[in-house]
Amino acid sequence: MTGAAAENPTVPSLRARFGAAVRRSAVVVDDTIVHVEAARSHEILAWLRDDPGQRYDYLVDVTAVEYRDRELPLEVVYQLRSLPRNAFLRVKIDLPKDGPFEVDSVVDLWSGANWLEREVWDMFGVRFRGHPDLRRILMWENYSEGHPLRKDFPLRGRFSRSEQVRRALGADLDAHYSLEELSIADAYDELPADVRERLAVRRETGR
Amino acid sequence: MELNDPRAPAGPDAALREGFVSPNWVTTRLDDLVNWSRANSLWPMAFGTACCAIEFMATAASRFDLARFGMERVAYSPRQADVLICAGRLPFKLAPVIRRVWDQMPQPKWCISMGACASTGGIFDNYAMVQGIDTIVPVDVYVPGCPPRPEGLLYGILMLQKKIKRESVFDPSLRVEQLADQRGLYLEPAAVDEVSEPFGNSVHQTRSA
Amino acid sequence: MAERRVLELALATPGVDAAGQPTRVPLVAAAPEGAEPELQTDHMLINIGPQHPATHGVLRLVVELDGEVVVRVIPHIGYLHSGFEKLGEYRHYNQIIPLTDRTDYLSAPANNVAFALAAERLMGIEITPRCTVLRVIACELSRIISHLVWAGTTAIDIGAFTVFLWMFQERERVYNLIEEWTGARLTTTLTRVGGLMADVPDGWTGRLREWCTRFPKTLDEVDRMLLRNGIWLGRTQDVGVMTAAEAIDYSLSGPMLRASGVAFDVRKDHPYLGYETYDFEVPVGEHGDVYDRYLVRMEEMRQSVRILLQALDRLPDGPINAADPRVILPSKRRLMSDMESMIHHFKQVMEGVPAPVGEVYFPVENPKGELGTYLVSDGSAKPVRWRIRPPSFLNIAALPKMAEGHLLSDLIAINASVDIVMGEIDR
Repeated sequence: MTGAAAENPTVPSLRARFGAAVRRSAVVVDDTIVHVEAARSHEILAWLRDDPGQRYDYLVDVTAVEYRDRELPLEVVYQLRSLPRNAFLRVKIDLPKDGPFEVDSVVDLWSGANWLEREVWDMFGVRFRGHPDLRRILMWENYSEGHPLRKDFPLRGRFSRSEQVRRALGADLDAHYSLEELSIADAYDELPADVRERLAVRRETGR
Repeated sequence: MELNDPRAPAGPDAALREGFVSPNWVTTRLDDLVNWSRANSLWPMAFGTACCAIEFMATAASRFDLARFGMERVAYSPRQADVLICAGRLPFKLAPVIRRVWDQMPQPKWCISMGACASTGGIFDNYAMVQGIDTIVPVDVYVPGCPPRPEGLLYGILMLQKKIKRESVFDPSLRVEQLADQRGLYLEPAAVDEVSEPFGNSVHQTRSA
Repeated sequence: MAERRVLELALATPGVDAAGQPTRVPLVAAAPEGAEPELQTDHMLINIGPQHPATHGVLRLVVELDGEVVVRVIPHIGYLHSGFEKLGEYRHYNQIIPLTDRTDYLSAPANNVAFALAAERLMGIEITPRCTVLRVIACELSRIISHLVWAGTTAIDIGAFTVFLWMFQERERVYNLIEEWTGARLTTTLTRVGGLMADVPDGWTGRLREWCTRFPKTLDEVDRMLLRNGIWLGRTQDVGVMTAAEAIDYSLSGPMLRASGVAFDVRKDHPYLGYETYDFEVPVGEHGDVYDRYLVRMEEMRQSVRILLQALDRLPDGPINAADPRVILPSKRRLMSDMESMIHHFKQVMEGVPAPVGEVYFPVENPKGELGTYLVSDGSAKPVRWRIRPPSFLNIAALPKMAEGHLLSDLIAINASVDIVMGEIDR
């Protein structure tokens, strides 16, 4: 990112560790991009975060790219940064158009991935296996025109304007509650330990 | 077309229509009083969504000061508001929300569409944006701009005040509550085509095909 | 990563402890429990928003309450989703710049600069020295005006209405300057790929310098009102704490990250626009609560004034647009007088400027956090993918973590401290 055109030294370490799961790499406009196999992506990303020589502890972004050339695969892009080493890496997973759009979720590695992956699901239709709550985030839950950022999705949507207005007005506002929210009262016992601890501390000390 | 025609007698005011009184000195003085008090104490419901909301806040702040127009008390509850100022773009996800807020406002109520996006969809002619809030709620004044300067919004408010001063308490058609059904306030595509004959609808945006 | 730099407060009046920090006011303990043991209670599910003055935009919070205590909060976004990224695929690079204004509309010039820098890196264009310094001025002014709105709206949420009026009054003064330069107060469309829309008018630098000398006094007034105000301290200290490890895990950025003790600032760690040559400090907090975020942002405004004065001192003469006819339109005079310029202008406006095949991720330090622009090009004049990495999106995703276990009014204070702008979150 600071003008160095050399390849990020992570890439040879990745190749040494994971072999053929690291498909190809390139340096484009001073950034290193490495393509990895979808099947081992979670393992690779976990290694990138945890290995003492890598320590990519900060997830900058998760997104997807679909090219205008229909033959090219859909890419799921992870932008990683190592705060202690001040390094940057872009990791991509290629999803061929004829296969299922599914990758493993990295929410267990970086909590920031939660909403980022929901957005990729909403906009591109890529499923993240293991995501705790994969539902649409920018469009409403039962939006039926498709996944907007796909190249076969027209700019103005699939329905006519009047149909879009009708569906929007017909939406039941209360239906925007997720199943999680509706069963909230029943789920009190399943709250995570740190939240229950905090509630108990608050009851005792008042702060 | 008979869809929500405001001229048809409707609701509890239908009976009033029968005994409509032509204007005389008493009614016009009463109208003046009522209109003056309504126009000079419009409590805005600031339905601020995007950039125009910032300009609305700037209009309410010290330099341009909405308070001198009687709009000091910005109502955050629709039950206590007079004028809905939709400041900002309105995506489809927000459309039922503004409809519900509008329905919750009691009569007399007016609506100002502030900015290009609220009026027509602005630069966002895409899948996500309502192309003008007048497909969702009835609008009285449109204020163009992206965002309009505070002076522009103030001009729009003054236009609304002039409009209010031309009203009459004895005209029940002004206060007809257009309840939202599933079809809202827009016309069916077939009706749009009929209306746009013989020149045709060059934009074809409301065609179903 | 740069070492932690501890915030130092230079206060002339008492009320600080030996370390120079404002004395932290202990919170009042709650009334003893168990007053009515046979009272049956339930949790309430309430809905805040999307239309609500305190949510800083159309954010919807579904909150489960146990009395006043927030047991769970689920933010719903998307109520301002405008399809920016889809629109960007149908626009030339210069046509996307007006779109960038409308994402983070509180600091529009900074967004313009961020996108222009990404496009220029993608296309391999060098901008002129004068353009570089003017863009720094634009970014720092944006930082100040964004933090002014933040300070005003946070204060008004917590109950201090006067601060809102003061902040907006200062913002009006900056609006005057920005309007002289760009013609617009809010949505500026300041940059073009390879340069700027226009140079600053005569005398503008003098007026900016004058404003810079008067502005810190307003900040001092706000500090006099809030910094050691018992109510303010009680409402903001130890509320909404994020530890440094949690902040990194949740990918927070900007003042949210720095208030938690992580000294990461894109201007220092991945400098752009020559920031490495400016002399400024980056305030870093300790406790990661709402009060620290307030301290960090107030100090950032002062540091921005410092940068502005340095930029004004070093503003060189020269052209504002790169000498690259591929991207820069010919001047009006030439356009109106010779045919080649007319054709050049026509082609560039109608067809746009093609970018080479490639992609770039360019982070900048926006007032809200790290704004990243990820552009992918297939060699045409319209990007294949324009991704905005929005700082507020990730910051607000951590709201449940920060707010659960606090009171309902703390939830409002925490929400205000995140400094979100829905245009950026929903795009």
